[in-house]
Amino acid sequence: MARAVTTRRKSFNTALAWAVGLLIFFPILWTILTSFKTEAQAIASPPLFLNFNWTLENYAIVQERSDYMRFLWNSVIIAGGSTLLGVIVAVPAAWAMAFVPSKRTKDILLWMLSTKMLPAVGVLYPIYLLFIRLGLLDTRGGLVVVLMLINLPIIVWMLYTYFREIPGEILEAARMDGATLKEEILHILTPMAVPGIASTVLLNFILAWNEAFWTLNLTAVDAAPLTAFIASYSSPEGLFFAKLSAASTMAIAPILILGWFSQKQLVRGLTFGAVK
Amino acid sequence: MATQHSRSVARLMMAPAVVLLLGWMLVPLTMTLYFSFKKYLPLRGGDLGWVGFDNYIRFVSSSAFWPAVQATLVIVGGVLVITVVLGVLMAMLLDQPMWGQGVVRILVIAPFFVMPTVSALVWKNMFMDPVNGLLAHLWRFFGAEPISWLSEASMTSIVMIVSWQWLPFATLILLTAIQSLDSEQLEAAEMDGAPPLKRFYHIILPHLSRAITIVILIQTIFLLSIFAEIFVTTGGAFGTRTLTYLIFQRVLESQNVGLGSAGGVYAIILANIVAIFLMRIVGKNLDA
Amino acid sequence: MYLKNALRAATALTFVATAAAHAQSITIATVNNGDMIRMQGYTDKFTEATGIDVEWVTLEENVLRQRVTTDITTKGGQFDIMTIGMYETPIWGANDWLVPLDGMSAEYDVGDLLPAMAGGLSHEGTLYAAPFYGESSMIMYRTDLMEKAGLEMPEAPTWQFIREAAAAMTDRDNDINGICLRGKAGWGEGGAFITVTGNSFGARWFDENWKPQFDQPEWKEALTFFVDMMGESGPAGYATNGFNENLSLFQQGKCGMWIDATVAASFVTNPNDSTVADKVGFALAPNSEGVDKRANWLWAWALAIPAGTQQEDAAKQFIEWATSKDYIELVAENEGWANVPPGARTSLYENDNYKDIPFAQMTLKSILAADPQNCCAQPTPYTGIQFVAIPEFAGIATQVSQEFSAVYAGQQTVDEALAKAQAFTAEEMEAAGY
Repeated sequence: MARAVTTRRKSFNTALAWAVGLLIFFPILWTILTSFKTEAQAIASPPLFLNFNWTLENYAIVQERSDYMRFLWNSVIIAGGSTLLGVIVAVPAAWAMAFVPSKRTKDILLWMLSTKMLPAVGVLYPIYLLFIRLGLLDTRGGLVVVLMLINLPIIVWMLYTYFREIPGEILEAARMDGATLKEEILHILTPMAVPGIASTVLLNFILAWNEAFWTLNLTAVDAAPLTAFIASYSSPEGLFFAKLSAASTMAIAPILILGWFSQKQLVRGLTFGAVK
Repeated sequence: MATQHSRSVARLMMAPAVVLLLGWMLVPLTMTLYFSFKKYLPLRGGDLGWVGFDNYIRFVSSSAFWPAVQATLVIVGGVLVITVVLGVLMAMLLDQPMWGQGVVRILVIAPFFVMPTVSALVWKNMFMDPVNGLLAHLWRFFGAEPISWLSEASMTSIVMIVSWQWLPFATLILLTAIQSLDSEQLEAAEMDGAPPLKRFYHIILPHLSRAITIVILIQTIFLLSIFAEIFVTTGGAFGTRTLTYLIFQRVLESQNVGLGSAGGVYAIILANIVAIFLMRIVGKNLDA
Repeated sequence: MYLKNALRAATALTFVATAAAHAQSITIATVNNGDMIRMQGYTDKFTEATGIDVEWVTLEENVLRQRVTTDITTKGGQFDIMTIGMYETPIWGANDWLVPLDGMSAEYDVGDLLPAMAGGLSHEGTLYAAPFYGESSMIMYRTDLMEKAGLEMPEAPTWQFIREAAAAMTDRDNDINGICLRGKAGWGEGGAFITVTGNSFGARWFDENWKPQFDQPEWKEALTFFVDMMGESGPAGYATNGFNENLSLFQQGKCGMWIDATVAASFVTNPNDSTVADKVGFALAPNSEGVDKRANWLWAWALAIPAGTQQEDAAKQFIEWATSKDYIELVAENEGWANVPPGARTSLYENDNYKDIPFAQMTLKSILAADPQNCCAQPTPYTGIQFVAIPEFAGIATQVSQEFSAVYAGQQTVDEALAKAQAFTAEEMEAAGY
């Protein structure tokens, strides 16, 4: 029997949910609106909501000052590269943990998570010195590796929880049919795991995109991503709310759009094994 | 069940991830430990020799240490409480039938996509600024004296900003969990005339407990090391100096790498205490 | 597979790097201040003239400091030119981390740099960084509000007069604060301001034996005066106001007086940004009655070349270009004389075109009134006015200023803050081996 829902109740839910949703989204909306104002309108009192002259000049100024596409491209490469590399390393590990569990599997998993707790600031000097030795400073390759390592525990864990939801009987059956390990992974597990892998990829792409400590401290020019781009707009001389908003919008827009298009996958997959 | 052969294959498959993470843990950890026993002042010529446990003693005996531990715990705890409580409410709300559910969901998860630096900048300048901020306008509109958020209510402000960023994450996980709840069970309870509160405590909450532990675990890992939000807003003033921030000040502002490294070791210890504590709980919950 | 690709990528990167080196390219780390951003806009002219490409890394002040300090102390070699200040230059110069800027061309005319600036950017007589612009601090005030209050600003007022005038100008109903000053934590923000305020009340950071002086009556007097005056006539929430916030307040007409960097003068008198552009007067930073030191600081943003760069010659060429008389002319031609980088060269203040600028003379006077060798009424072992040129200072002063900001926010008393500052500073100085 389906739950009967009165229209009244549905209307109430809708109104409440929309109100809360808009409230949560408001800071982002306000930033986007402000980016289209002039500096004077941005700090006008009382604040202007839609009744101002929309202008693109802030975007033009920001673009003139810094080559947005270069930062964007670096962000894409670094976030994408580290996620891809992380998944390549994590899939076999998660598979092994999920299907050939041993007594120590859980300990290993928890130990992996604990490596994430190393405070980044504390190891800035060691890592910086290491990067100099290895010639990795200001290279995308270096950052790809670091961000991969930072997010690897999360990737392994997420994949592990997805893999565990795949019923073992299917594997048994396949083995009976004489499937090799390779076939097992390629033809049976992978298709079943695709939604899980997709949401893992998404979450880690977001985390890597937003990582702001290493990406800022280990880059200068060639590898500088959007986090470095935004660092040149915070508190210049004078409070330039409109320009700050334009730069902020530019920094978050790509990931916001990606997130919106893929939110279904993200929602479906983001369980961390919480659902059984 | 698992054969000897599949065990060794499994070990082989885990090897790359384990070796990489071991390296990522050991190399910086060893270097941090090494520096922590040194008097290492980059601006005074670098390595000035071994000093035993001096840095460790100095770090804890500094008047800033315990307040920093406290600030760390308050921020982590505050954000956890807010995101879990609101997350459960949001998840329950979003689970209800409504028009435009997809769009609302998008609106709610959007903050998760915003870089910490950007969200800190936006909140600090456009909302919490005591003169031009939107909240100040709102306060004045109701005839109240605007609050200077980042000094008078510094901790609240930071907890607010960070909660805003992490609420979507909690909501998402809890929503997925709630959606998996057997609706027949709920209906049965409803038929039996169980009041909503009772239904919540006896059916929904137990069902969510696993999801809640996971939210707590993952958020704690990230919250222990928040930095950008403090760096951009208060710079550690007004009692918002967390352990991570204190280490930053020692290493980069005071340029005392030895002392900062000792602080790093303490932070690792604190993180592990929290981790062991959490994992005891989660471990129980994760047992298949 | 991956390894192969990584190697391939690495090779490609090396190749690109070498190729770039052939085309002569320099990387400059700089702060996101208006004058620096303007300089970026003119970079093409430099590339045209010399064939040297310039890559900019523009960062917010605090991030910049963190970034360049890490790089110079580890000899990371990420930058060919770094934008640093008067605090870092002598310390880094003493460590031989910077290339001495000797052998500049005759047209460059090193002797034309203002002696105060050149002195502050040298170590043992060797210039290590070239000033791009320099500043002191001075009073900017609203002439209309001053008149309305029935007062007249002397050229060199005292703090006591400032307090009285601030109270008279304050009009809470119309959202006008008599005085706006920095209260924001950070050694370069509120820390710098309270330090010069201390100086002008006869206080100092350390005595001749490097003993911290926060337990002395002068500090208590200065801090109490500051807190009381800001309570009477300052804006709400001034504990988080730094340069930017005050600039914005003043431009919106919400401040009667503002004591801050002389470079702000060109912003508050610029009618495009400022609603009060034609009503601003200038005066020397105040002193307390009976103390002959004024609340004048001295600062320069300067360009320096880290030792070990492969591009030393190109970097020097750029510095010569960016801090030359010609560059000033270039900016004047395109943006008007009010917008040239001030405070670096004597010749600018002798230029007839610049003399008409309303704040030019007061800026020069303020700079000349500042003496980094002799900051305080009592003798000190250190150089620097709003800072102490020792490596430990930035860390110490940031935390001390955080304690002071907590006073401004009403979270602790003056005595508590001073006691904490004294204890903390003593602790840190002892750790540093003083």
